[in-house]
Amino acid sequence: MNQNRRVLLKGTFAAGATGIAISAGLLTPKAVLAAWPKAAFEAKDSKTALEASFGSSATMESSDIKLKAPDIAENGAVVPITVTSNIANTEAISIVVAENGTPLAATFNLGPTTKGFVSTRIKMGKTSDVTAVVKAGGKLYSTSKNVKVTIGGCGG
Amino acid sequence: MAKSSIKIRAKVTGDVAKVKCLISHPMETGLRKDKKTGKLIPAHFIQEVNCEHDGKNVMNAQWNGTISKNPFLSFEFTGAKPGDSIKISWVDNTGKSDSTEAKMK
Repeated sequence: MNQNRRVLLKGTFAAGATGIAISAGLLTPKAVLAAWPKAAFEAKDSKTALEASFGSSATMESSDIKLKAPDIAENGAVVPITVTSNIANTEAISIVVAENGTPLAATFNLGPTTKGFVSTRIKMGKTSDVTAVVKAGGKLYSTSKNVKVTIGGCGG
Repeated sequence: MAKSSIKIRAKVTGDVAKVKCLISHPMETGLRKDKKTGKLIPAHFIQEVNCEHDGKNVMNAQWNGTISKNPFLSFEFTGAKPGDSIKISWVDNTGKSDSTEAKMK
């Protein structure tokens, strides 16, 4: 009986040590890159990207988010995007380009006094839906717009 | 010190401060090929941008290589007055960083 107890203890310790080693291994790159969520940014589809960054991909369509983007972008390398969220307590705004190789373009974490407004410029590989995802009060809201990209620049 | 890579314009209207900033950075995704050698250009893009107003964090942005070259960023926050300081800093995937401080108008 005593013997069994030893074996059991040994087994537990071994498993525990491996667990620690794995978590340490996972934590190292994170510590180096601060809080940059690698899994979310390297995800190949928008669903995985949202799940990795917010823990859920269930978003609610909301008319309180205004996504300003051109209908036709002649140059896919510079597409101006402006997101305005009128939802109270907007905590974070993400920009997702569905057809890009890595759909998650950016996540803006807003402070308590920051308004739900961000404007930036993104790259787009081809015609795609651009989605603004807003996190407010633990829920996700979204609004989408299709942006046509014409590389070659004859204006569509 | 070399000229800063960040340009900041911050304007206060009433209670709301509107910050615009331009960063000069190549923002390489790591997927583009060098036309002369045919080799992939290694990824080199800004991963994090932090904005502080009088030492208080007002915005933290996490970026992918999807953001355009020489990124432009604009955002708004309340509770500022002219003369307040605004500090913006970035860190890229190679570990390089830069920061600039400016006074709001």
